[in-house]
Amino acid sequence: MGKFTKAGGREMPELNTSSLPDMIFAILFFFMVTVSMRTETLMVRHTLPTASEVQKLERKSLVTYINIGIPLDPRLGTGTRMQLNDKLAEISDIQEYIAQERERLSEADRQFMTVSIKADENTKMKYISDVKQALRKAYALKISYSARKGEN
Amino acid sequence: MAEKKKRKVPNLNASSMADISFLLLIFFLVTSSMDTDSGLSRRLPPPPQSEEQLQKMDVQRRNLMVVLVNYQDQIMVRTQAGDEWYNNIAEMEGKGGKVRLKDMVKEFVLNPNNRPDLPELIEEDFGPPIGKVPVTADHVISLQNDATTSYKAYIAVQNELVRAYNELRDEAARKYFGKAYNELLPEQQEQINKTYPQRISEAEPKDYKLGGGR
Repeated sequence: MGKFTKAGGREMPELNTSSLPDMIFAILFFFMVTVSMRTETLMVRHTLPTASEVQKLERKSLVTYINIGIPLDPRLGTGTRMQLNDKLAEISDIQEYIAQERERLSEADRQFMTVSIKADENTKMKYISDVKQALRKAYALKISYSARKGEN
Repeated sequence: MAEKKKRKVPNLNASSMADISFLLLIFFLVTSSMDTDSGLSRRLPPPPQSEEQLQKMDVQRRNLMVVLVNYQDQIMVRTQAGDEWYNNIAEMEGKGGKVRLKDMVKEFVLNPNNRPDLPELIEEDFGPPIGKVPVTADHVISLQNDATTSYKAYIAVQNELVRAYNELRDEAARKYFGKAYNELLPEQQEQINKTYPQRISEAEPKDYKLGGGR
């Protein structure tokens, strides 16, 4: 019976963690490659409308964003405003903004430039129509009405 | 001779390496956004060059479907075959017992019974395996809205129109290729898209003073 008694304190085998940094680095690189950096802070609040037939926008570098909604800062009022880059802007600023954004793209990519309109679902269509007209004038004809995927 | 002492390479303590890389990982997780933008793609018409061009839009009455969304988000659909009226978005999506807008659009685009008050059928060749089929090549769906229509309603109607086209394309894909539209090769999808092109017109904004929007 003595066979089963413990002869001495058994030592816990040490876990080899030398490959742990490598693993974490692998995850890190995965995230660095797959995600894009958050570029702008939103100054307007918007709840995107839902749609079931949405398509993913490919090639993020070709997409320009126009955010439309109510300013987060209550001092700026409760009217619908538009954010281009990092500041609030008026509809008359769109043309210049589009020209600037187009300038950043390479010659070959300019025709694929897409403007994504991210507007609050309670925005009045007058505002959207004005934006659309300004985009037409600026020859930014490829647009996308940004929407959340959902059943409606 | 001095005896060469075997010097031991000091062991680098790498246990903190994991912590450092964890920190980096968390930093990237926080600063990056995973969300991909998605939306309904549209192509705007180029800006009008002159006044005359504005008037030009000349479409035969039977080829035109007008979808009006008013300031109360009520929807009216006019074709030569008749009018339909939806009181709200839910009704448009077939929840109130009325014919869904999607189904109206599908019938309008296909004109399966060759009715004289739905778009004209013209035979066109789309290459094998579709071959020569009659399609309503000249149909136009014109989406018009009021100044105070909500964006939500507008998108809901846009979505419904796109859904109609997507279902048509899927049906065509199953008929000609025996597969769902999503499983087709890009060239085959292109072929189907040519057969059923999305012809949704984003109307010129009008003066809506008579529309009662303000």
